[in-house]
Amino acid sequence: MDNIAGQKSSLTWAVHLSVLALVALWLFPTVGLFVSSFRTTDQIVTGGWWKSLFPSEQNLTIRADSPENQIEVGGLYVIEGELFDADQEFEVLVWGTSSRAIDAYTPGETGELNKGGTISVTAEGHYRLENTEPFAGKRGQRIFATAVTPPEFTFNNYKTVLFTGASSESMGSAFLNTLTVTIPATIIPILVAAFAAYALAWMDFPGRALLIAIVVGLLVVPLQLALIPLLKLHLAIGIGKGYLGVWMAHTGFGLPLAIYLLRNYMVGLPKDIIENARVDGATDFQIFVKLILPLSFPALASFAIFQFLWTWNDLLVAKVFLIDATGQTTVMTNRIVEMLGTRGGNWEILATAAFVSISVPLIVFFALQKYLVRGLLAGSVK
Amino acid sequence: MHPALLGVFTIAIGVVGCVGYFYLSNVFLDKVLFPASGPKAGRNINMANQIRPWLFLFPAFFALTLYLAYPVFETLRLSLTDRLPGNRYEFVGLDNYRQMFAETKFWESMRNNMLWLLVVPAASTGFGLLVAQLTDRIKWGNIAKSLIFMPMAISLVGAAVIWKLVYDTRPIEQDQIGVLNALYIFFGGDAPITWLTMPFWNNFFLMAVLIWIQTGFAMVILSAALRGIPEETIEAAIIDGAGPFQVFFKIKVPQIKNTIVVVWTTITIAVLKVFDIVFAMTNGQWETQVLANYMFDKLFRANDWGIGSASAMIIMLLVTPILVWNVRNARNEMR
Repeated sequence: MDNIAGQKSSLTWAVHLSVLALVALWLFPTVGLFVSSFRTTDQIVTGGWWKSLFPSEQNLTIRADSPENQIEVGGLYVIEGELFDADQEFEVLVWGTSSRAIDAYTPGETGELNKGGTISVTAEGHYRLENTEPFAGKRGQRIFATAVTPPEFTFNNYKTVLFTGASSESMGSAFLNTLTVTIPATIIPILVAAFAAYALAWMDFPGRALLIAIVVGLLVVPLQLALIPLLKLHLAIGIGKGYLGVWMAHTGFGLPLAIYLLRNYMVGLPKDIIENARVDGATDFQIFVKLILPLSFPALASFAIFQFLWTWNDLLVAKVFLIDATGQTTVMTNRIVEMLGTRGGNWEILATAAFVSISVPLIVFFALQKYLVRGLLAGSVK
Repeated sequence: MHPALLGVFTIAIGVVGCVGYFYLSNVFLDKVLFPASGPKAGRNINMANQIRPWLFLFPAFFALTLYLAYPVFETLRLSLTDRLPGNRYEFVGLDNYRQMFAETKFWESMRNNMLWLLVVPAASTGFGLLVAQLTDRIKWGNIAKSLIFMPMAISLVGAAVIWKLVYDTRPIEQDQIGVLNALYIFFGGDAPITWLTMPFWNNFFLMAVLIWIQTGFAMVILSAALRGIPEETIEAAIIDGAGPFQVFFKIKVPQIKNTIVVVWTTITIAVLKVFDIVFAMTNGQWETQVLANYMFDKLFRANDWGIGSASAMIIMLLVTPILVWNVRNARNEMR
């Protein structure tokens, strides 16, 4: 519709290119961490992750097999072998037999050895030394090769972080703890809020407008204010620091948004259905359970996603209400912050730990994006 | 008991408890307290219907009062007291505030918070609007939007790690592994810079993280608003000879002004509460302190509940105008 007056094609190109640039800019940091989590310590500290995506050139010095292992084939003494391990995919570009001329030969060429005999190296790294007399000496011939290596990645970091690592860098238990915090903290506020939202949307009573205003107000109250009073309260009534406390805190902090979102959605449901049900003698409880809840599924899903992402990603509430001095109940975000402090240089562990923690929200995000967007649109105070 | 088992238990108790409460309280109301039969049936039904909303509301509002409303007043009270040994409290008037205002760290936090408030909402909304407009008319716009929206799902701590890698610094003789320094050297910088320890400017490197996250939020809302603009207004403008930029700035932007304000204020609130990014990346060192982290410091490191509460009240004070504005808007809308 914008093309009524005819689009300038140069402008269209500019639009495509600038969107591409923005997307690249937004994606680049995350991709960097993702790629780094598949690299070894050495690889990470010796070069930027963007280089690891392309084949890299390396100068290698390798000794051929020692003369002890030579074999005699039809009057020729031969030492044969591979420069590289079977699982390494190197390709030889140039090679040589002296440190002063490491690029003397190309693969497939045959060179003369100082001590007599010839040597040839193939591109795949197969070498063959031939001599009419037996090779002397103990040590094998040195071969200098310039080789390209394809990008190389490893799953070892994930294995370390999830299963085998020391307890201070283990994300396995922290993962379970996070899950334990998240699921009750997502389900319980939905139920509590849904009933309240129904009352605020479809029941008539004095003070309704005031209560809605209170919910809107509480929507923006910073949870920083709640930290000390509630910690005091939890300590006083004996909950202390632990799962129960963090579940209750998350429930309380999530309620304003839940009530607000669900009420806004329920108010928009068709009036006729509800009034017909009332006329037919359904009680409010029946209307709520049999009509409103199923019809509100999209809003319930939206809030569930919000609450899940927020509790999964939370650091502050867990630090204040959950994690005690023993550190048994630490969650992933807290683990990562600790690692940032103590092992700020260990990028392979940090990157992997961060990605373990990010992966679940990312899956939820891409799978349920539709509901998330819908919830955002309904939830921003108009 | 194993925590996971405890979790399953809690879900079960929570769900059964909630449903049970609502169901039983309704049954009690209808059958025992005000039965819809007998001589006073009509009056009883009316009474029951007047009480029922409060049954529905009670658990939610009890939790809201306990977890959000009461703490506001309790924090206010604590900010006026000092904690004495043996769990006693002493009223000290405005002493905590006076003490706080005398600290340079507090003013540093205030200055940084103001910087964040100026830069982050503006940049996020601006980028969001740009992306929303650009992706509006291209075919792969939805994919682009979803990728720019993605950081919303990433925790602030995760984002801090991601960006710390971007800002990483290696000694001059080594290859740089942080993108920013690699680019800086590539374009002729002589020595790598430790970005996060550069006073004043390091604030902007921390802000970049939040902008990166919030742009997706702004984009989603503004994109929906752009789609909601009546097409006739744009058609009319084009027929009158308006160029694409004029259409955007003079026709589209004025029509979504209200949505822009909403996005702006929502991000403003997120900025006021920003904690994780600073805590994980610099922990307030090198002059990057912000109020929320200052407060956390006072509470759990210095163990000073008085000043901690006082700084929380400052955050509350900064949020209050938006709170009032939101409540007024919501009330107007309901009329």
